Amino acid sequence: MNNRIQQAFQKQGKKLLNVYFTAGYPRLHDTVPVLKALTTAGADLIEIGMPFSDPLADGPVIQQSSTVALQNGMNMRVLFTQLKDIRNEVPETPILLMGYLNPVMQFGVENFCREAAAAGVDGVILPDLPLDDYVAEYQEIFRRYNLKPVFLITPQTAPSRIRRIDELTDSFLYLVSGPGTTGGANTQAEGVQDAYFQRIEDMQLRNPRLIGFGIADKASFQHACQYAEGAIIGSALIKALDGTDDAPAAAAKFVSSVLN
Amino acid sequence: MTPTTYKEPTARGYYGQFGGAFIPEMLYPNVEELRDNYLTILADPEFQREYQQLLRDFVGRPTPLFEAKRLSKKYNTRIFLKREDLCHTGAHKVNNTVGQILLAQRLGKTRIIAETGAGQHGVATATVCALMGMECIVYMGSVDMERQRPNVERMRLLGAEVRPATSGSQTLKDATNEAIRDWISNPVDTHYIIGSVVGPHPYPDLVARLQAIISEEMRKQLLEKTGSELPQYVVACVGGGSNAAGAFYHFLDEPSVQLIAVEAAGHGITSGHSAATSVLGKPGIIHGSRTLLMQDEDGQITEPYSLSAGLDYPGIGPLHAYLAAEGRARFISIEDEPALRAVAECSRLEGIIPALETAHALAALGQLGAGPDDVVVINLSGRGDKDLETYMKYADTIK
Repeated sequence: MNNRIQQAFQKQGKKLLNVYFTAGYPRLHDTVPVLKALTTAGADLIEIGMPFSDPLADGPVIQQSSTVALQNGMNMRVLFTQLKDIRNEVPETPILLMGYLNPVMQFGVENFCREAAAAGVDGVILPDLPLDDYVAEYQEIFRRYNLKPVFLITPQTAPSRIRRIDELTDSFLYLVSGPGTTGGANTQAEGVQDAYFQRIEDMQLRNPRLIGFGIADKASFQHACQYAEGAIIGSALIKALDGTDDAPAAAAKFVSSVLN
Repeated sequence: MTPTTYKEPTARGYYGQFGGAFIPEMLYPNVEELRDNYLTILADPEFQREYQQLLRDFVGRPTPLFEAKRLSKKYNTRIFLKREDLCHTGAHKVNNTVGQILLAQRLGKTRIIAETGAGQHGVATATVCALMGMECIVYMGSVDMERQRPNVERMRLLGAEVRPATSGSQTLKDATNEAIRDWISNPVDTHYIIGSVVGPHPYPDLVARLQAIISEEMRKQLLEKTGSELPQYVVACVGGGSNAAGAFYHFLDEPSVQLIAVEAAGHGITSGHSAATSVLGKPGIIHGSRTLLMQDEDGQITEPYSLSAGLDYPGIGPLHAYLAAEGRARFISIEDEPALRAVAECSRLEGIIPALETAHALAALGQLGAGPDDVVVINLSGRGDKDLETYMKYADTIK
């Protein structure tokens, strides 16, 4: 069955901008207005972060936004309530939920998938979900609800493992740009990073790729787009939302600054 | 199904439903490298020769098994103290760091990172890094840096850099998060020396095997002193659970030996200020492992509390979660106050000032139900010098 993520990659001739923001940040009820503002401003895919107390793959900016969101009262039930009618307002843009396995497990994986599908969510990113566990326990459930899992690939991921991830995926591959957590400065020499992107491109994988981690502005977005179908921005957007009274306006302005 | 052995996790690192490796892709190559090599390296005769020699000449093993006659008299049973407090650096932690630094060398790593709660693991890591001339960075919660200041100074003197973890409760959990993030950012040259039987597979098994020297020696020493290798009780405190894993290891498959794991109940189990994971925890994922975990109904990790920095952790190792679930080990919770009183009791009756962590195990003595003919071994996991400021602060309780 086709879903919105696949459609987005099929119909677009241009490079795709995927933006991440944390649900319930900066205020509990900013989730939907920010989501709408991001799509109106031209974001092609949206990742909604499900806040977690101990997010291992994230840097300080996203961790801080998660802490604020949790303090605001965000949790899975609240998020699904907020997203309930989202498809009336944002009919086409693919929406992914990104978070960590423990809150999903406590909610119940099947419950989570059912609620996500009912809200019109298209994909799920759980960085600490092991591939083997996904295949053994969750793949069937994800399929039943037409939710596409997205897996990460790093410069250290072995070619055989990249092939396996590509086989298990039918949405896109999330290329982590270099060593580090989200929002980190890219410490790698540009040549090293480009060689890695090129190496992955040369593997002629079946899925399209989006590059994430350390992408912060128009220049880094465009650079990443040379080697992939698009790129993912998270921490830089969260920073732009920090301290603002009008989160949707700040979100829209940020997207415009990357795209225009 | 009753397992044939409690010692061995499955190939994917599971003890029953607990264990595994729930890690982001960025850590996968590191953990895989370790998983694929640790058993071969540990079994290598050259590794064993070097490890055993360092345990003997650097750590000071075997540590004595001391018959505590006055404590025995008081509790009307036969009590032995396994003197891990006499290890170099003052706690059992060094057994593991000596082993892991040799492992890191064989994996070609040049940079070492570690997390620490009470500072004992940090000191033990800084020590072996100094010994081997390796760069060492230790993450420590800023709250813990305050309450365990002498250990911070020790680490610095040994040449380690101590980096404060300022997120969350600013204790062991957050120090571990920071260490994992460092490892994510430095995937090629760095080995992460985890200090307890926690984390993704193979760490729980690796650390248990390196600490198993404790129970290996206990069996030999008990045979000499009592005529039997097997005591009736083995008692150890549990934060993550490395000293307990080491003390239990060679008794795990001896059903006649009662294994007693003592957790920190802080201000009381139901007070909201506790670290008694086996009572308050539910299955969940922390630091790459599925285990018992203190968390709220949404799966957010709860901040634990104990006066003892080394027990202030919201999870326990997956082996211990399994022992609890199977009923193989009995878990006892001890609050701050009785632990402080046990410090005074052990100090005055036996001339040994125990670490606050260990004092929790000592405070459980009255609850064992041990009789006059029973042999009880308490793993005296560390010495109390580092806790002197706390002991001074609570002088009234201790008095």
